Amino acid sequence: MSQQNISADAQPNVKYNQVGKSLTRTDAPGKAAGRTPYAGDYVMPGMLHMRVVRADIASAKLTRLDVTKARALPGVVCILTADDVAGREAATDIPGQTGQKRMDTDQQILVHERVKYYGEPIALIAAESRDVANAALELVEFDLEPIPGVYDPEEAMKPGSPIVQGIDNIVAEHKIRKGDPEKALAEADLVIENTFHTPFQEHAFLEPEVGLAWTDENEVVNIRVSTQVIEHFRAIADAIGVPHNKVRIRGALVGGGFGGKEDVTVEIYLALMAKATGRPVRLEYTREDSFVGHGKRHPFKLTYKTGVTRDGRITGMDVYILADSGAYVFLSPYVLLYGAVAAPGPYKVENLNVYAQAVATNNMFTSAFRGFGGMQACAAYEQQMDEVAKALDMDPIEFRRRNYLKTGEAISTGFVPPSAIWTEECVDKAWAALGEPTVSSDHIKIGQGIAAYQQSYGRLTFLHDTSECWVGVEMDGTVIVRSGVTDIGAGQISALGQIAVEVLGVTLENVVIYNSDSAVTPLAGTTTATRALYMTGNAAKMAAEAVRERLSERAAREFDVQVDQIHMAFNVVSVIDNPDKSMAFVDLVKICASEGIHRSELSMFRAPFSDYLNPETGQGQAHPDYVYGAQAIEVAVDTDTGEVEVLKSIAAHDIGQCINKAAVEGQIEGGTQNGQGYALSEEMLYEEGKLVTPSFSEYLMPTSMDMPKVQTILLESRSGLGPFGSKGIGEPALTPVAPAIANAVANAIGVRIFELPITPERIIKALKEKQAAN
Amino acid sequence: MSSPKKITLRINGVNETLEAPAHRTLLEALRDLGHVEVKCGCEKGDCGACAVSIDGVAVDSCLTLAWMVEGREITTVSGLGDIENPHPLQKSFSDLGAIQCGYCTPGMIMASKSVIDRNPNPTDDDIRVGLSGNLCRCTGYTKIFEAVQDAASVMRGEGDKQ
Ligand code: FES
Ligand code: FES
Repeated sequence: MSQQNISADAQPNVKYNQVGKSLTRTDAPGKAAGRTPYAGDYVMPGMLHMRVVRADIASAKLTRLDVTKARALPGVVCILTADDVAGREAATDIPGQTGQKRMDTDQQILVHERVKYYGEPIALIAAESRDVANAALELVEFDLEPIPGVYDPEEAMKPGSPIVQGIDNIVAEHKIRKGDPEKALAEADLVIENTFHTPFQEHAFLEPEVGLAWTDENEVVNIRVSTQVIEHFRAIADAIGVPHNKVRIRGALVGGGFGGKEDVTVEIYLALMAKATGRPVRLEYTREDSFVGHGKRHPFKLTYKTGVTRDGRITGMDVYILADSGAYVFLSPYVLLYGAVAAPGPYKVENLNVYAQAVATNNMFTSAFRGFGGMQACAAYEQQMDEVAKALDMDPIEFRRRNYLKTGEAISTGFVPPSAIWTEECVDKAWAALGEPTVSSDHIKIGQGIAAYQQSYGRLTFLHDTSECWVGVEMDGTVIVRSGVTDIGAGQISALGQIAVEVLGVTLENVVIYNSDSAVTPLAGTTTATRALYMTGNAAKMAAEAVRERLSERAAREFDVQVDQIHMAFNVVSVIDNPDKSMAFVDLVKICASEGIHRSELSMFRAPFSDYLNPETGQGQAHPDYVYGAQAIEVAVDTDTGEVEVLKSIAAHDIGQCINKAAVEGQIEGGTQNGQGYALSEEMLYEEGKLVTPSFSEYLMPTSMDMPKVQTILLESRSGLGPFGSKGIGEPALTPVAPAIANAVANAIGVRIFELPITPERIIKALKEKQAAN
Repeated sequence: MSSPKKITLRINGVNETLEAPAHRTLLEALRDLGHVEVKCGCEKGDCGACAVSIDGVAVDSCLTLAWMVEGREITTVSGLGDIENPHPLQKSFSDLGAIQCGYCTPGMIMASKSVIDRNPNPTDDDIRVGLSGNLCRCTGYTKIFEAVQDAASVMRGEGDKQ
């Protein structure tokens, strides 16, 4: 769609019959009735139960490992240690279609000698029952000799610091440069410098990692597993030393992902044990396993220097980002890149310098998490925008208004997003909806805050992403959709159904969707990076359109009209403007079937491909496109206790085009909760790399008592690259929430807390410091 | 480990027998018997995913020992209704978008039923308090609150408010 067509008044697109409606998701009734099997609900005859033995010190040398007592326990069938996987490593890099692989990112599967993080797996146990596996866990004996570790990325970069990865612990660096930032800052009327800290975060999906593996009659290792990425089958095959076609991942509907099931979790342990024992094996993480067993959100330290004119125009910006990658590399380079690209936010910054580093420590490794570096950047740039506005004594929204990036303008990398940039519309609508603040009382201070954002959808374009989907029509007029896409709860597969029925002119109850089987459903790529709707949605639309084309050609002949006169909706095929000429969809299908007309199609959608960004300037294309929007927040801060209550939470996003309205709102409401926890209460406390908050009674995500009813404002520019002009909402929903809350708190108490989460302790401390300063 | 004994549990109106040692939780027992609609999220009473109703009151089955609930009336989410004939809560949750990944749903619906059973006309605050032991990471609870209100109104015979 050309930019002239992007209308300023967003109305639901009336021409669609199915798309944009709040239809009941195809997966919902089964889940409500308790009929939907999750990966952990499958059992097999002769199945063994696994447990993982983990290191209880973060940096150590394994000096003794003795499994004799455990092996001797009746019912223990197999125990695997590093000796059993000698010479084998597991890739931690981005998997998938590209075949690209960077050096030095592999991870030992089981601790051979050196423990690098707390919880690192040392041995795998398989037993006849859970009880025996649990008992055996206590009988495995090992000695760990502590080795000095490093738990702070700044320390880790100092000469002489313990080395965790590579030669200097620096695992990734990115630069973005344009214009002349030094000159711009030197000549600015005002330069504001601030440093912001963002914390670790746990995904806290309700379903812990779980899977069931067995070897079939073709010697294929089958793994039924809760994952966002079935295409790890290749990496798993490499790790266990079999050809790629000898590992098959059968997904299941996933009990929450948020990026935490993007890397391999239990798969390799299951595959090794299934091969070693020849029996089906099941491994379900305990909640504590889950806390220490998958990568966390990267803590970032972000230093912003923003140069402005007196009248509130940004002249230059310098950003330094330091990310803690933890003990292994995983997706750190990419998370860091997202952070660097996003660093200036949805603002026009012509003189820009961004320098970003990710550094290894002996902390828990960090990897993908909804928002993927872009949200950490937003947490900083939107607080910085408020601080600069304050220094200018200017209204924070007015200051933003003078600097918004507009449709058709280039982002940090010089790339011009092909779609609408409706930041201003979203900010204004969200702010207006917030309304007048509640009145403050004695020790209850009310504050309001806003945050805007830019967040990509679709994977990095140099990864050359593709996605496939198959759509077919059965002889009775029902529809089958097959795609490898995993559904992690956002309604990914139901959306495919909704797209297919829109195109084919049938209704959602007539569709069955088969998904996430790496051997039999067409490979659709990962459910990550806000890409599932964009990529697989386009593939589904292409496939459905190809089928529709053949069907409507036949209908045109039947009615003796041109093809473009054929209308298909609600299971009826008719001629536009001539309702007398019509037939049931199923009758058309029967004619096509009897004449051998092909009623199915397999389509592949390809994202725009690009070269890697210029390594010195960071200029080029990083992502296919971007989403823009805003969050407005009102809080009440109790200055006696430091407690923050979120009173109003309003989200306004240009999602391009809704596919399922309720599902979009649901993403936004859930993202808001995740962001609220990140801002206020979710805290992973580590002591020398040891997690001391490994449960939901210590790690506090917002409950029903903490969440306001979230109000959602949807704007539809219909300018996105997804089907029907859609963009994506999975990650964007979360991105602006924390800085909006931080800005509201600062507005309430008149002092900013530069470190998330803004806990009551930090508020009380800040208030005391403010009082002392006065 | 204590020696197992044979116990009989009454689940969704049907008596079922299993061998269970003293430490066997109701959550484990239910799942071992195939009632996998009861979900395990933490085994510590922190998340509510495992909630079932015992004699009409929602409890965390992971904190309940199987031996202790012999002869009691245990209801799981599947005991409320099925896909063809859903309970009003199941229908409202499903139609109003209160289900995303759905992993919290079986427990959430049982806790919601407890709220409505106690008070057929609950306030939003009643619902918040009643669901405070049930974590959901996907929905932000907004649509769950709406679904509980909607189901309560159906159960009061007022029809749904959608
Ligand atoms: S599994 Fe019972 S409360 Fe979490
Ligand atoms: S719907 Fe996923 S945890 Fe509630």
